[in-house]
Amino acid sequence: MTAPQLPFDPYNLIITGVGGQGNVLASRLMGRMLVAQDYYVTIGETFGASQRGGSVMSHLRISTQSAWSPQIPRGRAHMVIAIEPSEAFRVLAAYGNPAVQVIWNTRPIHPISVITGQAVYPSREEISQGLTELSARNWPLEATDQAQKMGNPILGNIIMVGALSAISELPLGPEIFEKAIAELMPPAKVPINLEAFSWGRAALTVN
Amino acid sequence: MSIVSCGAKGETALLMGNDAIARGALEAGVRVVAGYPGTPSSEIIQTLAGVASDHGLYVEWSANEKVGLEVAAAGSFAQLRSMAVMKQVGVNVASDFLLHLTECGTRAGMVLVSCEDPGGLSSTNEGDSRHYAKMMEFPLVEPGDFQEAKDMAAWCFELSEKLRNLVMLRSVTRMSHASGNVVLGELSSSSMAPGPSHARFQFDGDFMDQMRGPVVTFPGMVDPMHRRQLEKLALAREIFETSPFNTYTGPSDPELLIITSSAAWLYTREALALLGLEGNVGMLKLGTTWPLPPRLLAKHLKASEKIFIIEEGMPFLEDNVKALWTELGPEAGAKQFFGRKNGPLPPTNELNPDLVAQGLAAILGLPAPSLDQAYSERASKLAESHAPFRAMTFCPGCPHRASYWIINSALKQDNRDGFVCGDIGCYTMGAISCGFNTLKTSHAMGSGTGLASGFGKLNRFGFDQPVMAVSGDSTFFHAVMPALVNAVHNQADMILVVVDNSGTAMTGFQPHPGTLTDASGGALPALDIARICQAMDIDVTIADPFEIESTEKTLLELLDDEGGVRVLILRQACALSPEKKGKRLFDMTVDEAACLAEDCGCNRLCTRVFGCPGLIWDPETKKTRIDEVICVGCGVCASICPTGAISKKEVA
Repeated sequence: MTAPQLPFDPYNLIITGVGGQGNVLASRLMGRMLVAQDYYVTIGETFGASQRGGSVMSHLRISTQSAWSPQIPRGRAHMVIAIEPSEAFRVLAAYGNPAVQVIWNTRPIHPISVITGQAVYPSREEISQGLTELSARNWPLEATDQAQKMGNPILGNIIMVGALSAISELPLGPEIFEKAIAELMPPAKVPINLEAFSWGRAALTVN
Repeated sequence: MSIVSCGAKGETALLMGNDAIARGALEAGVRVVAGYPGTPSSEIIQTLAGVASDHGLYVEWSANEKVGLEVAAAGSFAQLRSMAVMKQVGVNVASDFLLHLTECGTRAGMVLVSCEDPGGLSSTNEGDSRHYAKMMEFPLVEPGDFQEAKDMAAWCFELSEKLRNLVMLRSVTRMSHASGNVVLGELSSSSMAPGPSHARFQFDGDFMDQMRGPVVTFPGMVDPMHRRQLEKLALAREIFETSPFNTYTGPSDPELLIITSSAAWLYTREALALLGLEGNVGMLKLGTTWPLPPRLLAKHLKASEKIFIIEEGMPFLEDNVKALWTELGPEAGAKQFFGRKNGPLPPTNELNPDLVAQGLAAILGLPAPSLDQAYSERASKLAESHAPFRAMTFCPGCPHRASYWIINSALKQDNRDGFVCGDIGCYTMGAISCGFNTLKTSHAMGSGTGLASGFGKLNRFGFDQPVMAVSGDSTFFHAVMPALVNAVHNQADMILVVVDNSGTAMTGFQPHPGTLTDASGGALPALDIARICQAMDIDVTIADPFEIESTEKTLLELLDDEGGVRVLILRQACALSPEKKGKRLFDMTVDEAACLAEDCGCNRLCTRVFGCPGLIWDPETKKTRIDEVICVGCGVCASICPTGAISKKEVA
């Protein structure tokens, strides 16, 4: 193993969102990019029946040493990518700590409890304040809005991967992304995914 | 394209546990693969189906798990390595054949893969099929990581051929649906496949000649066959004594000996790291969990007084280790056993590294791994207020929401306290609020129709409630047909509603006998559910659940009918089906002026009662809105809106 050292080993990354947002694809994509660079990657995923609309969570353990448990121990996440903003809070309650960092998509997906009026969805301001309180650093990203402009809201997940790559705690640069996405997607879909990745990477760098 | 089918020997790939099992089978030269979809097992067959033509395999989604096991066994009898794949409940379905199969044995290597779901993440139970290995006397192995998932799957075929019996490989959700690094081995190419050049079932030997005789279980041969089966088990025990899948790390006389298997091994390693105990306690990881290798166990049991058994599922290993310890007699010494039975691990639900670390800390009198208490409390409080509960629900555009709307409304209008017996699929959610709490029973595959058949015969005892059952299209072929035959023959008074969404939707849209394709996408003839029912002399009505008004009228007429078995087929493809996915039928709009909002249908009929995720209630304007990202444009909400405020326009 010749993979460069990581800021933490294992590096514990959680991607969370709602079924149908491309959570699993994002985790597999990043896993592939890291295994190609000789890291050990263990991914634990919570997906069951294929219905959409449920909370989804992927745990990535990235290490130069070995495979780790597919479930991160409580309070030990280093980075949380929330493709749906309220899901970040569910994850932080179990896996957060004062040093955790959060990249979050600003676009809510209302759960049925909110649609029926049994629960209230927090405002953008409340989300931002809460995440600032619970994390060392956090970055909001208009990922779904941008993805819609690019023609498909599903691209939000790739935008989030691009944003993570800008923080450079994990080696997820554009060249390695391009190679991995070409392996996972039909050729016709590669350019739009490259565009989404670049947008996310740039959006976070300028902040 | 796929790394599973093309990756070269020595290459490192990131593989999901299920793909690792598929790759292992390919490396072993598997030829016949069959099973029935079920989370978390489905990807194994799906992956192999995708490479079937490249690798010369026969891969089939069978009508149910028992048939799947039989199809795979035919392969083994004809000298082809074969594999049957299912989830834990499927093993119950297959178990009658399994008992007979393991009694008379197999020829070419045959593996039964059971992917189980501790904690019921996507199941209605925590069934643990490992007990079948003990009950029916065949060997069982459990991979502890992703590399082992591949290596063990390949090795199982060899083991099966040495023993001439089936081998069960048991995986769990956190193995099947988790991913990790796997170093690939050599693929078996068609020309290098083991065994004869063509498939052939030989039956000219005598009854006890396992390789050349008829494969028959028969009353007069029970004793010799059973003896032969036990000899095979003894041979397995001997092979397991030196298996490289059983490993020990730690001191030679540890204060505490951990015995672990499967994904629990990964949790245990993590827990030891959390507590800084690596190398201080003994850890015996068992890959071969039935029959247990007695000498290996004895050696390690003798060295410690405290034994902690950490496994996923019921206390299977725990009971069997205890039994083996009693067989060792006084020389093994007194022991204190820890595990799921008497703590410190919980007796139910799946494990995780924290539970294992807490258990270890409790046994050794150490402090549990620390958390920032103030942070945890604040984060939990914010999660309560900022992360509203996200209940399971039908997808936007799901025909089941419309079907249950119709059934529920018809039963209310009928007003005789009628009810619906549920079955297994996405439509099981008819029991909860997204399906308007319509289902009042739900058990195994096909049980809804069986129960309805029973309820439908109780009129002589004064029973006068209308009885309905629902069934998906795949479930119809799997287990509803015998129950329906029973209901027709016994003249039960019931209505079966087949919610036909043209595929096995819940597990990822696999084909079934009613669809036009095979597992790999090739053409097959489809069996027509309506014609099957008509052949049973049932009156069949076909309707579209998206046509709310007319279909509800049809169902009310069926409820008024004079009895016997009636079948209503509600036909509308799954919103995630390949023909519908990403294609919008209608553009939906809300006329805010016409929306009655809180004054509508006992307060917000569409958002509060109908509850499609594509409709949002805007608390500021106090009106309903369409969520453009979520809505798939099925158009159903336009039919339920009493004022016509929601309108649909066909997408050009």
